[in-house]
Amino acid sequence: MLNNFPLWPQQASTTAGHVDALYIFLLIVTGMMSLLVFTLIVFFAARYRHRPGVRAEQIEGSTALEIVWSTIPFLIFMVIFAWGAVVYFKERTPPTDAAEVYVVAKQWMWKVEHAEGQREINELHVPVGRDVKLIMTSQDVIHSFYIPAFRIKQDVLPGRYTVEWFRATKPGVYHLFCAEYCGTQHSGMVGDIVVQEPAQYEAWMNGGSTGPLSVTGEKIFAELGCSTCHRTDTQGRGPNLQGVFGKAVQLEDGRTVTADENYLRECILDPGAKRVKGFQPIMPTFQGLVTEEQVNALVAYIKSISLSKPTGGAKTDASLAAPGDPVLTRAQAKVPAQSNGSQVQ
Amino acid sequence: MSMAATPILQPVERENYLNKEYGAWSWLLTTDHKRIALLYLLSITFFFFIGGFFALLIRLELLTPAGDLVQADTYNKLFTMHGMIMVFFFLIPSIPAVLGNFLVPLMIGAKDLAFPRINLLSWYLYIIGGVMMMHCMLTGGVDTGWTFYAPFSTNFTNTKIVEAGLAIFVAGFSSILTGLNFVVTIHRMRAPGMTWSRLPLFIWAHYATSIIQLLGTPVIAVTIVLVAAERALHLGIFDPKLGGDPLLFQHLFWFYSHPAVYIMILPAMGVVTEIIACFSRKRIFGYHFVAFSSIAIAVFGFLVWAHHMFVAGISVYSALVFSFLSYAVALPSAIKVFNWTATLYKGSIHYDAPMLYAFGFLGLFTIGGLTGLFLSALGIDVHVTDTYFVVAHFHYIMVGGAVMGYLGGMHFWWPKISGRLYPEGWARLAALIVFIGFNLTFFPQFILGYMGMPRRYYDYSHMPEFQILNVLSTAGATVLGVGYLLPMFYFLWSMRYGKPASDNPWNAAGLEWKTTSPPPTFNFDEEPVVIWEAYNYEELDAPHEEGVPVAK
Repeated sequence: MLNNFPLWPQQASTTAGHVDALYIFLLIVTGMMSLLVFTLIVFFAARYRHRPGVRAEQIEGSTALEIVWSTIPFLIFMVIFAWGAVVYFKERTPPTDAAEVYVVAKQWMWKVEHAEGQREINELHVPVGRDVKLIMTSQDVIHSFYIPAFRIKQDVLPGRYTVEWFRATKPGVYHLFCAEYCGTQHSGMVGDIVVQEPAQYEAWMNGGSTGPLSVTGEKIFAELGCSTCHRTDTQGRGPNLQGVFGKAVQLEDGRTVTADENYLRECILDPGAKRVKGFQPIMPTFQGLVTEEQVNALVAYIKSISLSKPTGGAKTDASLAAPGDPVLTRAQAKVPAQSNGSQVQ
Repeated sequence: MSMAATPILQPVERENYLNKEYGAWSWLLTTDHKRIALLYLLSITFFFFIGGFFALLIRLELLTPAGDLVQADTYNKLFTMHGMIMVFFFLIPSIPAVLGNFLVPLMIGAKDLAFPRINLLSWYLYIIGGVMMMHCMLTGGVDTGWTFYAPFSTNFTNTKIVEAGLAIFVAGFSSILTGLNFVVTIHRMRAPGMTWSRLPLFIWAHYATSIIQLLGTPVIAVTIVLVAAERALHLGIFDPKLGGDPLLFQHLFWFYSHPAVYIMILPAMGVVTEIIACFSRKRIFGYHFVAFSSIAIAVFGFLVWAHHMFVAGISVYSALVFSFLSYAVALPSAIKVFNWTATLYKGSIHYDAPMLYAFGFLGLFTIGGLTGLFLSALGIDVHVTDTYFVVAHFHYIMVGGAVMGYLGGMHFWWPKISGRLYPEGWARLAALIVFIGFNLTFFPQFILGYMGMPRRYYDYSHMPEFQILNVLSTAGATVLGVGYLLPMFYFLWSMRYGKPASDNPWNAAGLEWKTTSPPPTFNFDEEPVVIWEAYNYEELDAPHEEGVPVAK
């Protein structure tokens, strides 16, 4: 029976080791703190129990003691705080060359699409030892992509991308849970993370692909007529998208944003919100016209024409796009709005 | 109303607040803070056992991995209603509206609260909210969790969100009015000589609580209105399809709901402070530090809300700030624990039932507080948030802390409230059962949480390895249930059969013990004048002191 009674979760990612180390440190520190308090309470309760004729000795307090027992815990807290922050920052900063996997959550299912085109439902195959970055969004309510064996969790929101990454360290099958309550079958929104040796993974990868996601995106890009305005020269009515990903973009309202996954996504679904400087507000919204998977494919395509490495990622996490990145003004942004012709609204 | 049917039948008895008038109207139209406290006592006890019944059903469902006892939707409604009832209709009113209502005027030497009619109004608002919540439950209930997260609550679920929200909205005003009443009363109605630094720490704790009630509760009211407006009019406040932001909801919700935890725990800290002083026969170590730490908790409590959102999609930099501030709010709680412990040093410690609850509080609150350090550590929170680790943590604070404090306080002041003594042996037994049952229920959940079991799962057949810990937890819940039923029975029993209590059966400090048990309607026959410090146990225990009641 004890075989089926584990008290510690499996440790199968690089992050898991970092989290467990801090957790063990905290267990020791808080264990010692509670031992100290409980020992004192039990000792005082026994030593100073009421005896007839013995009266309590009144003590007003001690500022020195108050300072000591405020300062020491505060210093300990700061160590925990700093350590926790370091683990968190590592865990929130995907490596630049991580393989990218798109995840779409819906009530009550996980839909996964690899950059190479493989699709999975409630399963995610990954190789051992490779950094994997998940780019996630939800079709409906908030979900949360949680892999206990990797010690990672990230809420998955409608209307934007959130990102998490991991590097699996041990082949095996691990739990995938939805950790944010999402309705009736919340507890059915579970799946398996299958970590394989690279060779096995390649074999799996070679079966049943519909072609790379960026190629799918290219087809959609053509089908929706995006290429009529977003031309590959500077003459289009929309900005040229070659090389745009990861760069700073000047907006009409004077702001500068980094063209990360979330920005591309927003431009497709709400083009007026952050319009590039020098272009007219003529792009219609594609909200409701494209599925989350199609948006993912479009984003993957735009990234593929921006990067030398097709599967490469942004320099940093989408939500981490550092404000200190050098601002590169796009050539297109400097091009004045096209004067020619009637503009279709 | 049943209170009216059980007056104390003594042939010769002084007139007091219980026997002054009889009949339903004398209770339903009373403006006496002590009678209103008893009205609250009956109402929150009712809701406590409803919420507790739901908890028991939840635990029974989790006895086996498969979802076999109830349907998924039923389970979702059970944990939602359990949370809503326990938070809004039991924990938040528990100590303030019962013990606070009864004791704040007595402890500061006032005849009543500043606004007696508003006090009665606050009970009626609570009852209206409660009736709406019961109606909502009986006609279908809500399945969003007590957290109402958008866009699930605003655009997806078909359950009775607006009605439940409205019930909480109305009950919220009850909470605001109680807070307002306490703040004005504590400022304006202290007896001559009752300076701020002579106030019992129970009063300081309630003062801090009242500030949170006044400043925080309007925010949850606004949030509920926005949810209702979003559902009815599709304004796009929280709906990303219309340009809204679901995270905005979480910010608004936790801006109230995190401080709300301190509405629950601060009064319990106040109760425990009084009990520890009395049963150690000592003044409280570091009075001013304990007093100001209550205010510090109330202030810092408003600055940590986003620590519920470390994986929700906020920026890493705001996560950093909120993690830091969470450690800042942990410090005043730690200071309190150290001061309580130091108060025991060289005391003369008695092991009566209230003190057993206070010891229980110290142990459980310490564990609850220390596990809060885990959750404030960003790297660990990512793993354990939304798992049973969080469930265990906040139950250690809210049940281990707040309910232990509430029960301790009920025992400590029961002689004053009812004029009768409860059976001490049974009370000690109940304290022990509650402590054991509580730990058996919730300690395994820490392990479950670190193992990765998510909360709000009714079916864990995908991960049967979690069953043994769940069985332990369910077993503990039944023990805990017994521990909670016992006091209800012997308190009721004592109202008829208990020994009459003297005015000051514990020989305790504090003005509430210087009037009769039970007190007269206007509390004191003549206005008290305070010429002593709080917790003047040295004088009380002095052998030949004249005119001071002595314990039997």
